[in-house]
Amino acid sequence: MAEVIPTKEMPPGLQVENVDDRIMTLNVGPQHPGSGHMRIIVKIDGDYIVDADPDPGYVHRGEEKMAEARNYITNIPHLERPVIHDSCNILYPYVLGVEDLVGIEVPERAKYVRVIAAELNRCIYIQYWLAIYGIFLGHSTMFMWPAGDRELFIDLMEKISGARVTHAYFVPGGVRNDVPANFEDVCLRQVNYFEKRIKEYGDIFYDNPILKARTEDTGVLSREDAIRLGTTGSVLRASGVDYDVRVKEPYDVYDELDVHTNVLKAGDSYARSKVPWLDMLESCNIIRQALEKMPKSGSIRTKLKPNPKGGLDEVYRRVESGRGAAGCYIVSKEKPEPYRLKLSVGSFRNLIALPYLLKGEKLGNMPAVYWSLNYWPVEADR
Amino acid sequence: MLKELVTPQNANVFVGKLGDILYKAVDQPLGMAINWGRMWSLWPVHIETACCSVEFGAASSPRYDVERFGIIEAFGSLRQCDLVVVQGTITRKMAPRLRLVYDQMPEPKYVIAMGACAITGGLYFDSYNVLPGIDGILPVDVYVPGCPPRPETLIQGCMLLQEKIKRMKAR
Amino acid sequence: MSTTETKSPPKDPKKETAPEKVEDTAPAFEKSYVDQIANQFSDDVEVEYIKENRTRLNVKKEKIIDVAKFIKDNTPFDHAESVSGVDFPDEKEIGVTYHLGSYTDPAYSKQVLALATRAPREETPNPGNDSTKLPSLRDMFYSVEFHEREVFEMLGVYFEGHPDNRRLLLPEDWADLPPLRKDFKNKGR
Repeated sequence: MAEVIPTKEMPPGLQVENVDDRIMTLNVGPQHPGSGHMRIIVKIDGDYIVDADPDPGYVHRGEEKMAEARNYITNIPHLERPVIHDSCNILYPYVLGVEDLVGIEVPERAKYVRVIAAELNRCIYIQYWLAIYGIFLGHSTMFMWPAGDRELFIDLMEKISGARVTHAYFVPGGVRNDVPANFEDVCLRQVNYFEKRIKEYGDIFYDNPILKARTEDTGVLSREDAIRLGTTGSVLRASGVDYDVRVKEPYDVYDELDVHTNVLKAGDSYARSKVPWLDMLESCNIIRQALEKMPKSGSIRTKLKPNPKGGLDEVYRRVESGRGAAGCYIVSKEKPEPYRLKLSVGSFRNLIALPYLLKGEKLGNMPAVYWSLNYWPVEADR
Repeated sequence: MLKELVTPQNANVFVGKLGDILYKAVDQPLGMAINWGRMWSLWPVHIETACCSVEFGAASSPRYDVERFGIIEAFGSLRQCDLVVVQGTITRKMAPRLRLVYDQMPEPKYVIAMGACAITGGLYFDSYNVLPGIDGILPVDVYVPGCPPRPETLIQGCMLLQEKIKRMKAR
Repeated sequence: MSTTETKSPPKDPKKETAPEKVEDTAPAFEKSYVDQIANQFSDDVEVEYIKENRTRLNVKKEKIIDVAKFIKDNTPFDHAESVSGVDFPDEKEIGVTYHLGSYTDPAYSKQVLALATRAPREETPNPGNDSTKLPSLRDMFYSVEFHEREVFEMLGVYFEGHPDNRRLLLPEDWADLPPLRKDFKNKGR
């Protein structure tokens, strides 16, 4: 951590730092193709990073405060905005939590529809992430392929929910509306094509010697440190920790499906970028299983009474989103609005690893390390 | 004689004056040609401000491909850009930076407000950290509504901007 | 959340019956590790609930370091998933809840232990300089670093021993109340 000059007048957030002649301070972001909506203050000695200080908050929109003034149903649209391309998964813990608080049962078919929608969304998210990772590393083909292929699943979700990215599809008690009539066939066809496509990504991107040279052995996170820093999702699994909320704490119908956890041992940027790709293949498997086991007809939503109230209770639910475990902590005080709502999201938890990983790295490796953290600034800021 | 008149100290001034004269001379006959050149080479600056950037990214994907309309995908250097697409919510922390980015760009420059948040604050109308639209900090040329707007809507907004540039007086 | 709720009488009977229920129906596995902690700190730790996979301990702020150390050394909980601050203006307190999880022990991978403590609350907050202070758990659970910074700016709870109590998400010139306090109102609400 940077040494600070203790000043009495200034509050702890506004202290002045010592200046060292040899060290140069670089501001990366918030306007920078390799940074997104966040700033990283990097201190470099020659070409080597000696200190990195992430400065998020450029998209901090106060979702948690807003949630305290809205009731459980009207909270849905704005709570999915942090990750609009993974909107089902970010909404999932909230919906599960509200179901626990209000105490309603979800119909069997709705559970399967939810799982399918969540997995489709995970693919949409990872495709976008992969596209940006490609353009970060100067691999234009890897931007064009996933950005084009994700439109297939966006079309599917559009058929289901009516919106391209902001679905607001999950509601407490089930899903908003039923899937269209021929959804199973269309979905299966798309998934089969999609799986063939992602295997091709391996040839052009993951086996590419230039990519390997840039990402292998950069930003190595050991297993112990991954646990100590409390990272989650692909970052954790790339460091050799076998942890996936879908397997360890199955929600909805994940316990009836065969979910395989992808674990890599290396812990470098290459492994971190490969785990989401393997996750996409796994998602295709899950969708196929769920389509097979899904009840062909039945109710898709248990109706809530208007303005549902939670008891004098609190609940903490988590799911596996595209970026790792997403948790939702709701404190309810017998009101239609939550008393306090906290989103504990994967991006924010993985951000803590960034200064740790960048230390000692070359400046040119920063984009490769930064985006391999599976970080989406809007979600981290909430 | 020219060497005495133009010294290194005042060279910049002279070049600037020369540019002004050239502009005035060229404006009447060639204004349309200048505008034509500008409208088919819009370079948006690469500043993402919120979640609409996902749809902005999708607009340059193979399916939508804004480049065929002369809008080149987001670019890093401010000095070569002439279009700001404000992609969504502007928070109080981002607002000064956005203005800084705008100020660093060379004239002429155009602004597209993308998404409900950039127009009025949208869904975040009651949030403590969100500006109610970017009208207070930037002069907006085209508003593209939606939350988020579909890429088609964004493309239509860009085409409207091109239409506007076509009818503008070339400065 | 009914720890010191005294103002609403209808909730009291519920609260009286609750502890007995906990004794009867508490899941055995969760009860075992909670009892291990509760026995060590008999008076200072209050078991609020033991549900399936979710348990909650309320700890006095003087003892939070000791309890966290004990949890770190004697149970497999190794990281904090989230740190949430909750404002209780009626009780003049601010609650801080650490949700702890475990990666190392597969038996504990379902469990989330909520370790809660309370800091005094002042009507006119002066973040960093008033009595709203808590000891930081960064030495035990390194992963709380950014979470505690967030709680500091959002609720004004200063974490003593945290090396980096700076702003994280809010604008640098934020001079209003900490926004997640209940007396800070969003416009129009």
